[in-house]
Amino acid sequence: MKFRLKIWRQAGPDQPGRFEEYTVDNISPDMSFLEMLDELNEELVRQDKDPIAFDSDCREGICGACGLMINGMAHGPKLGCTTCELRMREFPDGSLITVEPFRADAFPVIKDLVVDRSALDRIIAAGGYISVNTGSAPDANAIPIPKEIAEEAMDAAACIGCGACVAACPNASAALFTGAKISQLALLPQGHPERERRVISMVNQMDIEGFGNCSNHGECEAACPKGISIVNIARMRREYIRAVRTGGQVRASV
Amino acid sequence: MSQVVLDAKIPKGPIEDKWSNHKASVKLVNPANKRKYTIIVVGTGLAGASAAASLAELGYNVLNFCIQDSPRRAHSVAAQGGINAAKNYQNDGDSVFRLFHDTIKGGDYRAREANVYRLAELSLNIIDQAVAQGVPFAREYGGMLANRSFGGAQVSRTFYARGQTGQQLLLGAYSALMRQVAAGRVKLYARREMLDLVVIDGRARGIICRNLITGEIEAYAGDAVCLATGGYSTVYYLSTNAVNSNGTAAWRCFKKGAFFANPCFTQIHPTCLPETGSGQSKLTLMSESLRNDGRVWVPKKKGDTRPPHEIPEDERDYFLERRYPAFGNLVPRDIASRAAKAICDEGYGVGPTGRAVYLDFAEAINRLGIDVIRERYGNLFDMYREITGEDPYKTPMRIYPAPHYTMGGLWVDYNLMTTIPGLYALGEANFSDHGANRLGASALMQGLADGYFIIPVTIGDFLADHRPDGLSTDHPAFAQAIKDVEDQIKRLLSIKGKKTVREFHWELGRIMWDYVGMARNAQGLTKAISDIRALREEFWKNVKVVGENEDYNKSLEFAGRVADYLELGELMAMDALDREESCGGHFREEYQTPDGEALRRDDLFCHVSVWEHKGDIKDSVRHKEPLEFEYVKPTQRSYK
Repeated sequence: MKFRLKIWRQAGPDQPGRFEEYTVDNISPDMSFLEMLDELNEELVRQDKDPIAFDSDCREGICGACGLMINGMAHGPKLGCTTCELRMREFPDGSLITVEPFRADAFPVIKDLVVDRSALDRIIAAGGYISVNTGSAPDANAIPIPKEIAEEAMDAAACIGCGACVAACPNASAALFTGAKISQLALLPQGHPERERRVISMVNQMDIEGFGNCSNHGECEAACPKGISIVNIARMRREYIRAVRTGGQVRASV
Repeated sequence: MSQVVLDAKIPKGPIEDKWSNHKASVKLVNPANKRKYTIIVVGTGLAGASAAASLAELGYNVLNFCIQDSPRRAHSVAAQGGINAAKNYQNDGDSVFRLFHDTIKGGDYRAREANVYRLAELSLNIIDQAVAQGVPFAREYGGMLANRSFGGAQVSRTFYARGQTGQQLLLGAYSALMRQVAAGRVKLYARREMLDLVVIDGRARGIICRNLITGEIEAYAGDAVCLATGGYSTVYYLSTNAVNSNGTAAWRCFKKGAFFANPCFTQIHPTCLPETGSGQSKLTLMSESLRNDGRVWVPKKKGDTRPPHEIPEDERDYFLERRYPAFGNLVPRDIASRAAKAICDEGYGVGPTGRAVYLDFAEAINRLGIDVIRERYGNLFDMYREITGEDPYKTPMRIYPAPHYTMGGLWVDYNLMTTIPGLYALGEANFSDHGANRLGASALMQGLADGYFIIPVTIGDFLADHRPDGLSTDHPAFAQAIKDVEDQIKRLLSIKGKKTVREFHWELGRIMWDYVGMARNAQGLTKAISDIRALREEFWKNVKVVGENEDYNKSLEFAGRVADYLELGELMAMDALDREESCGGHFREEYQTPDGEALRRDDLFCHVSVWEHKGDIKDSVRHKEPLEFEYVKPTQRSYK
């Protein structure tokens, strides 16, 4: 297969960026999108040119490192898969493909298609955990958890932290990412002792990082490679209201 | 051959008391003094994140490094099937002793009994800890935890979170880590690659890193260093590991004096997607848990090109069930991989390349219904469909073995300390618990046992004797180490040859796969050694690394890793040549039983092979740590 590529190039965070065009040929339909970029980079290296910078690691859709805007869609046109899982057979032969980084104020560009998503780590650090020191846990079966609840918590916990939800959102909101973690821990009994302070603190951090607010576009759910539902955003809101009503804000600010 | 005595420091007493006796006798650091110590932890996978979090909880200052942009992306995240624990929740006769026994046997009697027993004991605490953190393990309707079976065991002791157990356990450890980051007890350094170890007065005192964004070479000092940097399966180029997984940190510690144990013990995982062609960057694993319900087969007729559904039942060879009736499709990984290779070598393989076997769920779907199968393996089936474009609910998967895990690693004693005082190795980076073959669902267990429960105890014993001395990176040893790292980078950038880093890596991978892969022999290994040496020589004359150091530069990152693999590969081949027996994943064709099983030679090789760096790789010296078996008598492994 053959493709024309329009790829965002940007030397550094403070440098202006621009699109550059490339052509790739002899691409197997079974190749992943990133393997296609690997081939292009090999060619650029052979020509002594600077290869295109992009993040990736596991190449099987679980680490969340990769993430590109492909033809304006986070992780490309295929639903429910990451950029590294996307295969070239999804694109018509000879087509033009536009590739950009995940764009958001809270995700500054580092180089070309690489962005800084450490804001998501800081949201987790703000409360996305259960405070249990190593060694202090009771027997694992001491607290029965209904299967349905465990499954729902798992649905939320499946988030890979890639940031596609932010990139897809017109407001660059991190509500789906944050809501997923809050939901997982609010659904499980282990998460209950800290639920008020957790939601207040994580939502505050979201604002501090410069993510926008959620206005129910639902683009995040459509872009999520793991099918995380916006039900989690609704649950985050209920948790927030509940926390404020029960005085969580006071406790969280301590 | 050598006078070096390797003291594994195994505590005295009956095996079931060793760890508790040890815990009761190690020296302690006063809680108020812990904050005066700085511990460097490299890696944020299960071992690294759990160690960093647990050490910080105790009060130590922790500096934690990872090559990814976030600690949550370390490759433990990709472990699929599950984690073993001897909880015996299923009432099927499991016990700590049985898990210990299965692990020793699964490792083909090449692991230390005391370490493995401790691992089995700690498996219980790991599950408790993970559940308390909110890890959403699979559950039964009554609310209790569910289990499934894995290879090499006849009990159901594997806990799982769909096909994402590694992800969920890692996110648990990561959440504990981020809690300590927020508390200011862990300082996190993402996008850093460790490129050297700083040794002062014979003791590990710091590391040198490259900042992968700016290229800056940075130095960090501490009172101890814990390496949790994973294994070296990417030496084969194509493997199930992440593209950034590498052996550099461990290898550079080897060159600074840490001994390397059993480098040739590598695991080739039986259920991976077959190779398709050029441009491929990795081989995707399909979890071993699929062998609970999937049946492995090939056509009985050689070169049968009919689609699988047209091949009638009596014309199929379920070769694992035929050869190993007791364990069937759930034989250990080394055995399943070798059986698949053998049947393909004989010409029965399927698919376009003939290097694949079927993994078929039709019978399980009939028996249990499609919904049960979807619930158990849905995400794995989806992943298979994404990659191959075929629907495994309707047509059998095609699978073939691929490099997956390395049992070898830095030699450590019972305290997880390497031969360099103050340098510890945790998780896959060490060699300790899996012998010559790791059982499924045991890697997660070992990484977390090392990080949550072992290192927090054993490191105190060392630190209590080594008071904080306020060492800073102004010490001349840091300047020297920085210079060494910078010199190598300059050298790589100045060669300006014709062949790309990836081309060298690919060629090395072919040599390793062909001669140091699933089946090895003296002639092939000798050839591998000379081929690797020649390739290494060519690398340093003809590699093409573009760009500059002061930039995000993947070409340069990979050049350093491949340079190290061009040395480690040689040591792996030397070790495989030196070990004239077959055991676990190390199969020497010269040593097999009449029916093609691995033939161990306990009289000659019941030891850990421990290599010491002596300049050129060919001059490396092999020491031995003898293995003694008091509780599990070595026999020929039988899964028949």
